[in-house]
Amino acid sequence: MQEEFSFLSKIGREPGNLIKGLQAIQAAYGYVSDDAIRAAAEYFGRPEADVEGVISFYAQFKRVKPGKFKIAVCDGTACHLKGAPLIHTWINQELGINPGETSSDGLFSLETVACLGCCSLAPVMSVNGKVHAKLDRRTMMKILKEYAAK
Amino acid sequence: MISPDIKQIKIGLVSCGIAAGGEAVYEKLVAAAGNIPVIKVGCLGHCYAEPLVEAVLNDGSSIFYGNVPGKDDAIENILALGEAGRFSVPEKRREKECVKVLAFAGRIDPTSFDDYVSGGGYDGLKKALAMPPEAVIEEVKLSGLRGRGGGGFSTGMKWSFLAAKDSTEKVIVCNADEGDPGAFMDRSLMESVPHQVLEGMLIAAYATRAAKLIIYCRAEYPMAIANLNIAIDQIKANKLNIIDGREIDIYIKEGAGAFVCGEETALIASLEGQRGMPRFRPPFPTDSGYMGKPTMINNVETFGNIPLILREGGAEFAKVGTEGGRGTKIFALAGDLEYPGLVEVPMGTTISEIVFDIGGADPEKVKAVQTGGPSGGCIPKAMFDTPVDYDSLRSLGAIMGSGGMIVIGNDRCMVETARYFLDFTHRESCGKCTFCRVGTTRMFEILERIVAGKGKVEDLDTLEELGNKIKAGSLCGLGQTAPNPVLATLRYYRDEYLEHVNDKSCRAAQCSALVDIVLDQSKCVKCKLCINSCPVEAVSADFVIDPDKCTRCNSCVDICPKHAIARIPKGENK
Repeated sequence: MQEEFSFLSKIGREPGNLIKGLQAIQAAYGYVSDDAIRAAAEYFGRPEADVEGVISFYAQFKRVKPGKFKIAVCDGTACHLKGAPLIHTWINQELGINPGETSSDGLFSLETVACLGCCSLAPVMSVNGKVHAKLDRRTMMKILKEYAAK
Repeated sequence: MISPDIKQIKIGLVSCGIAAGGEAVYEKLVAAAGNIPVIKVGCLGHCYAEPLVEAVLNDGSSIFYGNVPGKDDAIENILALGEAGRFSVPEKRREKECVKVLAFAGRIDPTSFDDYVSGGGYDGLKKALAMPPEAVIEEVKLSGLRGRGGGGFSTGMKWSFLAAKDSTEKVIVCNADEGDPGAFMDRSLMESVPHQVLEGMLIAAYATRAAKLIIYCRAEYPMAIANLNIAIDQIKANKLNIIDGREIDIYIKEGAGAFVCGEETALIASLEGQRGMPRFRPPFPTDSGYMGKPTMINNVETFGNIPLILREGGAEFAKVGTEGGRGTKIFALAGDLEYPGLVEVPMGTTISEIVFDIGGADPEKVKAVQTGGPSGGCIPKAMFDTPVDYDSLRSLGAIMGSGGMIVIGNDRCMVETARYFLDFTHRESCGKCTFCRVGTTRMFEILERIVAGKGKVEDLDTLEELGNKIKAGSLCGLGQTAPNPVLATLRYYRDEYLEHVNDKSCRAAQCSALVDIVLDQSKCVKCKLCINSCPVEAVSADFVIDPDKCTRCNSCVDICPKHAIARIPKGENK
């Protein structure tokens, strides 16, 4: 197995641990590359097509390298009612990216998530896991500028 | 000045408290409080008041402070027990709520084993271990507890099926894949009182002689996973996982984001490292589940009820609630209301008590509630005196689901709401059954067309026909319930659909294609904020909005200090 995925050996080799292995890969690299698929298939003893199938099934797994700041806009029911679609519009206007894309400077990537579990503070988004609550356009722009300056 | 009356300070610091900025408050409190211990606790359910700080006094009473800003003067005020910013539970809520399952939440440190035990934690397990396993199951049956994940199957019955299996490798799974958008009861319980869920699981392991306990938890809940892992280590350190001389294996498996994995057989496939696709039953999981072993799956809140049943006895537990559901239910309130958050009420409490009395919603401004998330249906205000239990909600075309309750205000469009739910379910359909895979996509496309002002009257019949066929032709709960939001809105709000297709109008002014943004010159103070904020230069130098350029992004509406710009249904401007 390639050096860069040697950490897989800490995970039990049974085929049932494939998802755990893919999560470890994504935690390390932010996405699952073609090389990673090959490594996981070999390690867990499953066909590459099978591994790709599992990856495409679950929303968590990314096949594209994410930006330095990963924006996850919540589109759960409460956030949707409180304006989540507008947040997408604003981000698109400011950064020119749609869900699943990374900005050309590699700084921001955008995804939509079903629910961050903070419904009472809607609308919310998270940037690299930190939740920002009760968004409107002004706070949204301020947050993006702060991250861009980091 | 720090008041000498303060014994300790508690601050709610699980996901919601952190999102509201509680960490900054915590740091300032620690820095300013001197010798007074500042303890991170879980969630009291008052999300609308986060960050929430509790000053516990030497005489045992408490003073709460709500919406605490991370500023020095606010911290000084708390330490001096000042009058400003004090919080008390709204009186109507105090009358109606019945805090049993959440009794520990927000009152103990979730990471402290001793806190849980000294409050009576693990007494239920102790009591169970002194009884024969069959008697434990009888107690659960007697309590009348039904599965809190939405299905509503008798928990005691389920346990007895697993107990009847002759195997040394039985598996119990806790379904913590709370994927229903708008629901956060399970997250809160796991974050705030992880031991309670685990105690319920250990009792189940004793009663059914299971060998392995797996918690299947959403990866989106990192704090729940962290707190559960701490609790599992504490259980092992205190040897509570050794039952009848058998060492019980307990661990967490993280889900990877698929709504369908809430379905039993899909969840098992996911545990086995496969695509989470449901399969035909029988065989039922209790016959052949995880890795072919007899497996039983219960929801987080169901397990959370178990220690209570053992502590107080099944008969006592059953005194709360109605024929259609015993005990209490936790609801996650969100949407258009004053006090969003978690609330625990007796089964049989009416929707109007939950939404108006507890949630503080304005009866004049509310149109409906959505229960059961994307699998449920909306219930119009006229039916709010319905008591909430499994059977009564089903008769209205909604379901109790896991306990999400979204309040929908008059200014929300029901067609758009239905479109939103179908957008979710058609993407989450695993693709196994044709009716669900293709049918939900077609329904979604029709709804997209209607909200874009391109719908036809025949579309409504097509939606109904498709909806009923998808319900009949799908293998699992996802497909069987996915059309509910559309069918329910068609049943109760057909007039809104008809307005969209016939008049090309959205009365809630939500569907962008059917909306105009207009500027009232008489209120305008020419500050130019709208001109500067418009991303497409649709506002002219003399403050007129060009409807062809405008994308209805709402930037100008939000930024206008004089509220001179409004979103109105198309055509009303004339």
